[in-house]
Amino acid sequence: MPRHTLSVLVENKSGVLARVSALFSRRAFNIESLAVGPTENPGLSRMTIVVDADASPLEQITKQLNKLVEVIKIVELESGAAVQRELLLVKVRAPMAERTQVLQTAELFRARVIDVNPETVTLEATGTPDKLQALLAVLAPLGIKEMAQSGTVALGRGPRSMSGTGTLRPVERTA
Amino acid sequence: MTTSQSESATREAAAALTGVETTARSIEEAAVEPASGITGAQSLVRSLEAIGVDVVFGIPGGAILPLYDPLFDSKVRHVLVRHEQGAGHAATGYAQATGRVGVCMATSGPGATNLVTPLADAYMDSVPMVAITGQVPSGSIGTDAFQEADIRGITMPITKHNFLVTDAADIPQRIAEAFHLAATGRPGPVLVDVPKDVLQATTDFAWPPRMDLPGYRPTTRPHGKQVREAAALIAGASRPVLYVGGGVLKAGATAELAELAALTGAPVVTTLMARGAFPDSSPQHLGMPGMHGTVAAVTALQKSDVLVALGARFDDRVTGQLSTFAPDALVVHADIDPAEIGKNRKADVPIVGDAKETIAQLVTALRAEHEAGRTPDLADWWAQLDDWRNRYPLGYDEPEDGALSPQYVIERLGAIAGPDAIYTSGVGQHQMWAAQFIKYEKPGTWLNSGGLGTMGYAVPAAMGAKQGMPGTTVWAIDGDGCFQMTNQELATCAIEGIPIKVAVINNGNLGMVRQWQTLFYEGRYSNTKLHAQNADGTPKPVRIPDFVTLAEALGCVGLRCESKDDVDAVIEKAMAITDAPVVIDFVVGSDAQVWPMVAAGASNDDILAARDVRPVFGEGQV
Repeated sequence: MPRHTLSVLVENKSGVLARVSALFSRRAFNIESLAVGPTENPGLSRMTIVVDADASPLEQITKQLNKLVEVIKIVELESGAAVQRELLLVKVRAPMAERTQVLQTAELFRARVIDVNPETVTLEATGTPDKLQALLAVLAPLGIKEMAQSGTVALGRGPRSMSGTGTLRPVERTA
Repeated sequence: MTTSQSESATREAAAALTGVETTARSIEEAAVEPASGITGAQSLVRSLEAIGVDVVFGIPGGAILPLYDPLFDSKVRHVLVRHEQGAGHAATGYAQATGRVGVCMATSGPGATNLVTPLADAYMDSVPMVAITGQVPSGSIGTDAFQEADIRGITMPITKHNFLVTDAADIPQRIAEAFHLAATGRPGPVLVDVPKDVLQATTDFAWPPRMDLPGYRPTTRPHGKQVREAAALIAGASRPVLYVGGGVLKAGATAELAELAALTGAPVVTTLMARGAFPDSSPQHLGMPGMHGTVAAVTALQKSDVLVALGARFDDRVTGQLSTFAPDALVVHADIDPAEIGKNRKADVPIVGDAKETIAQLVTALRAEHEAGRTPDLADWWAQLDDWRNRYPLGYDEPEDGALSPQYVIERLGAIAGPDAIYTSGVGQHQMWAAQFIKYEKPGTWLNSGGLGTMGYAVPAAMGAKQGMPGTTVWAIDGDGCFQMTNQELATCAIEGIPIKVAVINNGNLGMVRQWQTLFYEGRYSNTKLHAQNADGTPKPVRIPDFVTLAEALGCVGLRCESKDDVDAVIEKAMAITDAPVVIDFVVGSDAQVWPMVAAGASNDDILAARDVRPVFGEGQV
């Protein structure tokens, strides 16, 4: 199933996340990743939802999302026309003998060292899901102690915005 | 879209729902004095008054007690029910009969959870309803306090929207928004949960409040191009069918539908939720489609080349096996809810809009097609339809053992009470017979639980309908299984002066389940016999309960009928009693079955007109 990124502007009110996530489970859709955060407008939050779905179920879930009273607007961000990033924190085993290799890998992927101790190094990396996967694949043989990864956040490329003038075209409300 | 644009759009949406009291309009019309230093509870009651609520159904309790104090002095009538489920269905019955928003009230915890079934019911059938629940004080929320239930969380999937009011100052706005959401767009239930301390807090009241629903913009005006495409398709059809659903009733679009039907000359089928949207007496009406629809209605859909769905949602009970439903049809699907379009069946011409406006525009566009000389000839189609209709009319056999026939009872009830009466029903065999054998001529005369299939709907819904339409005869047609779920509301009816009439179609069984056991489980009647029985399964000659004495105990007149000869007389006797609720215990045979039938999951092509009777459709004719 193809992967889709939905950017959803919602009212910044309690219970909205519960409504959205419950809708996905109720309509039998799986959320691949979900990131929620503030926007330039304090009354609005942005949810970035990544789902694996074919076109027709995706249309149905978008319509159902649009029916939620607190959902303001939904835009599908197609990968070519949007920038997408995830944040990864990863704690890697790094005894002195192997530390150079860890640091070289970090440099290759433009990851930053944010914590160091005699046994491990913690790296911070941002990028597309593919880049972070590649980084993890290189680090895995060295020994990953622990990791935390955010959901995708994304914005459309170019001057237009979802809420401002010259807005991005919303996913069709009507069929 | 600016706020004022969005407000005007939603106002238009409200105005389009003729008959439904539109919050936007009534807020503006309501002239209510502002007040300061009043309680949240007083503010809430004043909000209900400002909206024009005339009746609420409910039961008080700890958390909602502050609200009941100002309600005591209000012109809003409160009907004290016996179970909150009764309050919810009464609100639904009221809304279905009057077109106005029904209102129910309950306290926190169990009071609120008892509203869950009627909320789910109203959600499935798109009934405008507002439920107001008390909640434990704000500081106790989340602590498993006495009578605490997260009713907002519980009802999220079964309401159109719900609110937890956290500040007494927000009460007028939340109430106004709740009524607006319930009544406009695709109608539905809205729950407003109010903690006890918010009801007790001191606040100011001003009306009308500003509504703030930036994400709520129902599309009511259909797209002109889509309408013209639909008209072209209809004008070019040789086997069109108008597939009419409950949305036509909700939109008050029956006059427009009559015009469209006359203009197209096409056959009309009305779903279980749409009975009464088009007169049964019209020769263009083929009856109800679906699992227990008429052979002509089911087959017309199957063989159609253009299917015009108006406010209908291609429910599985209508389509049967979806992959074989109406295989040759191009589908025009008009609905106010864009999420319904393409949900089950692909729409070739989707139209999002209010049914009243959509059908009116379809009429105009179709006139243009006709004036341009594109007038279809449906003579062959009608010859075929009439043939099916004549060969497979609705009917029933009298029970061989001489028992009273339930279909006969319902048929006579419809004939005697007539098309002006309101009929409600529970769920099961009696519901299907009431949909089949009563002739509906007018909107708002058939109220039932279509989507959720809630047993026990009939009596409380009849109570709500009668409260809303006091001058109209209201009959609850109920099964003995359903009746035993909610008959306590007859005490409410007796005490509050709501003289409904109840026909209990008493076959001593959960009849529809028994029918399936007969057909699909080799007659193994596992747990469907409601009557007292001996060890060998034969009925004991004792009535438990005795519905006549039960009715009398609840303050009603109780009557009984066991033979065909007495049916008319007992119905007429009940019709003559107007000062008290009446219950007739119709003791009927237990083996009557609902036919025609499409088995669950089967194709509509495999409809059986009666048991083992497979219609011959004349293959190759169409």
